[in-house]
Amino acid sequence: MTDVPVTTRKDWATDQEVRWCPGCGDYSILTAMQLLMPEMGVRREDTVFVSGIGCAARFPYYMNTYGLHAIHGRSPAVATGLAMARGDLHVWVVGGDGDMMSIGGNHLIHALRRNVNLNILLFNNQIYGLTKGQYSPTSERGKVTKSTPHGSVEQPFNAVSLALGAEASFVARTHDMDRGHMQEMFRRAHNHPGAAFVEVFQNCNVFNDGAFAAITKRDARDSMLIDLRHGEPVRFGAGGELGVVIEGGRARVVTVAEVGVEALVVHDETHPDPSVAFALSRLANTNDVPTPIGVFRAVERSEYGSAVTSQIAASQSKAGPGDLRKLLHSRPTWQVA
Amino acid sequence: MTDIAQRAGEVRKADGIVLRFAGDSGDGMQLTGDRFTSASALFGNDLATLPEFPAEIRAPAGTLAGVSSFQVHISDHDITTPGDAPTVLVAMNPAALKSDLRLLQPGGTVIVNSDAFNERNLAKAGYESDPLEDGTLDGYTVVTAPMTDLTKRACQDLGVKPRDAERSKNFFALGLVSWLYSRPVEPTVDWIDGKFAGRDTVIAANKAAFAAGHAFGETAELGASRLMVAPAALDPGTYTNINGNTALSWGLIAASQLAGIPLFLGSYPITPASDILHELARHKNFGVRTLQAEDEIAAVGAALGAAYGGHIGVTTTSGPGMALKAETVGLAVSLELPLVVIDIQRGGPSTGLPTKTEAADLLMAMYGRHGEAPLPIVAAQSPSDCFFAAIEAVRIAVEHRTPVILMSDGYLANSSEPWRIPDVEQLCSISIEFASKPNHVNDDGEAVFWPFRRDERLVRPWAIPGTPELMHRIGGIEKSDGSGNISYEPDNHQAMVRLRAERIALIAHHIPPVEVIGDPDADVAVVGWGSTWGAITGARRRLEAAGHRLAHIHLRHLNPLPANLGELLSSFERVVVPEMNMGQLCRMLRAEYLVDAKSVTKVSGQPFTAAELAEAFYSEIETVGAAR
Repeated sequence: MTDVPVTTRKDWATDQEVRWCPGCGDYSILTAMQLLMPEMGVRREDTVFVSGIGCAARFPYYMNTYGLHAIHGRSPAVATGLAMARGDLHVWVVGGDGDMMSIGGNHLIHALRRNVNLNILLFNNQIYGLTKGQYSPTSERGKVTKSTPHGSVEQPFNAVSLALGAEASFVARTHDMDRGHMQEMFRRAHNHPGAAFVEVFQNCNVFNDGAFAAITKRDARDSMLIDLRHGEPVRFGAGGELGVVIEGGRARVVTVAEVGVEALVVHDETHPDPSVAFALSRLANTNDVPTPIGVFRAVERSEYGSAVTSQIAASQSKAGPGDLRKLLHSRPTWQVA
Repeated sequence: MTDIAQRAGEVRKADGIVLRFAGDSGDGMQLTGDRFTSASALFGNDLATLPEFPAEIRAPAGTLAGVSSFQVHISDHDITTPGDAPTVLVAMNPAALKSDLRLLQPGGTVIVNSDAFNERNLAKAGYESDPLEDGTLDGYTVVTAPMTDLTKRACQDLGVKPRDAERSKNFFALGLVSWLYSRPVEPTVDWIDGKFAGRDTVIAANKAAFAAGHAFGETAELGASRLMVAPAALDPGTYTNINGNTALSWGLIAASQLAGIPLFLGSYPITPASDILHELARHKNFGVRTLQAEDEIAAVGAALGAAYGGHIGVTTTSGPGMALKAETVGLAVSLELPLVVIDIQRGGPSTGLPTKTEAADLLMAMYGRHGEAPLPIVAAQSPSDCFFAAIEAVRIAVEHRTPVILMSDGYLANSSEPWRIPDVEQLCSISIEFASKPNHVNDDGEAVFWPFRRDERLVRPWAIPGTPELMHRIGGIEKSDGSGNISYEPDNHQAMVRLRAERIALIAHHIPPVEVIGDPDADVAVVGWGSTWGAITGARRRLEAAGHRLAHIHLRHLNPLPANLGELLSSFERVVVPEMNMGQLCRMLRAEYLVDAKSVTKVSGQPFTAAELAEAFYSEIETVGAAR
């Protein structure tokens, strides 16, 4: 990759006016991405952002790469075709919780299951923003919105649990208040061969302001965010006084002084079995309890597009490259003189 | 031996036979019909087939709902339909007889498996008495054979269990019919060897049953005369027997070769389109990528994504899938990217008649998207024509950067006919040009790329990811013509809507003018589209043979319509439009040309027969004549 030209953030930004609401969390995600890209060793022309519909889905317009703003929910499907056709590209998929978990839920789980080489970023703000404030599939129970004036009676999705259940080979979570952590997750996603799913807790300051404040504001992070580190015991809190143990398949927060460091679960993102990662994802189903972030799972598995390409190569080496004349004569034929 | 020799001498010549195999879904009727067809094709007959089967894989055995049929018309001359009515019906059980006897020509031949006519099966079929004995079959030539019993006996020394042996009874029927209608034996014997390779007892049982059926014909006093249909005098060349879905698949592969870019198929299983997915999945050595998607929407979405990446993006489906894909097709209209959407139409609405044919999706193809979203529509007219229609659809899509809907139907999909294999060197190449350079200089004097800067055909550049300097963003939001930047300006939207309509209309200059088949000076012109071509042609030939004049115009392109069509239609006294719907093309022609076109419709899940159309056309010819 030494011949990749040196770029700066400016090269990765378009001339288009960014049209998110002032104060939206999407700005910090965009900045993180534009600053990270020059460090990734990739060409702009080999990079594609694909999106569906929603506030987050405007993302491609602001990245000076190839960009395809598709229709609601379908971005993982469109990106699957692109990535299958063009294994040489770096394809990012960006969408919100309504786009990818509601109308596009089916495409999301199948892209993860197939392990298509996509970096899928879910900007989760737990609300419908572009349609002006209806509850979303990640909104908490009791959520009062225009479409739930008496409070939502629906159980929300836990995006990380869902991705793990959908056989994802890479699952991570980050939040819009920590540029460094976002960039680390995006870089890991980019380097992962196959489908990489990153949930980004993102603040919608107009329709759901402060949804994640209890866990992401600076003075709360130490005690409320559990930073998962591969190969290390799962600890958090000031001075690491809290930790996580796995008991009977379930994760539980403990005081390290009471159980001892050796009792803590040592995070293994590469474990073939996603059960412990899933247990960790169940620690927090609301935004007022300690919540794990970081890479939950990163395992190697056959990537879909290259598996398809390998079948083509194998078929060509066995049968020779396609010969149209031969094909048209491949069934029984007869002559008429 | 003298007896057999005498019988062989009794073979009469016939110019054609329409044979219908009917049995239970589990009886192997499709396979039997297919074998008879292949043997006839290799023998050199012209032919056309009409497979008919229930949507259920195994409806309750012996019931009317479970009857599966295969009709084949073999001929010593050029034919275009599977025949008006069968001349021979092979009925493997009472339900098959009950269901299909009404189709048989008066005085036709019925061949039945008498073993299946027991009380239980008669009751299941709703017969109160045995039709073999109660006079139901008076007026027909009846051949009864205890097929089940004779098949079991033929297999008894082969180590085959009687229950398994019974399954070979369709080969007994095939052997008997092969003898009666003088079909060569070798192709079927060879085929059994190949098809069941590795399953020696199955091979032995099927061959024994086939031989037993043949021998039964030779030795029994059948009462039906042996017929021989001589090879047809078709145009010289190499022929193969092909059905519509296979021809369509091969057409897509050919288009990919002609364009020099890979083929990508996104598809979700649906009757009667799935066979295209199956066929294309086999040909990976052509660089074909196939995705069996999670749903119809993902299938078209992935095809569009592949097209954005520079592949020929194709999706295949039937009516219900068309409905689901509509939003993505609209996106393709807005993005101005090539995409081929293939609709193998079936009876609707909703699940309708999954295994029966209909052509009622034309107006959906024309208008079934939100907003003003015009796109070209191409239709195939015969099974083998699906090959050329597929190439044409791809050509328009990639050369004009637009989604194209290619229409076939359940009848074309499954029906087969001999096809003179074209010389691949003679197929016209498809020109592909990916953008490689900036195409605009902005106010600062900087060379930039404008994704919606158009050429003289109003076609925008196809700039694929990976091309340096051409990074750009496109989407479904309205964009400025030229720069492609998001624009909600009223005047721009008005201009873009008009541009999108105009650029599709301009394609009329890039398609051939339509030609009249038959007599261009006739009073009555028939305008058809799709699979009605065969029945219209058959009807025209009959009318011509009877001294009448008829013009036939068949539309390959439904949108835009050929540039000369309006003028052409105005030159006829009467325009008749036969369709397997409630008059959709007729409505379009009336709206477009103010022509007083008359609609002839059939929406029964069955294709038109030549006889039906000949009658309808004759009545128009008479009416015009009488008015003079």
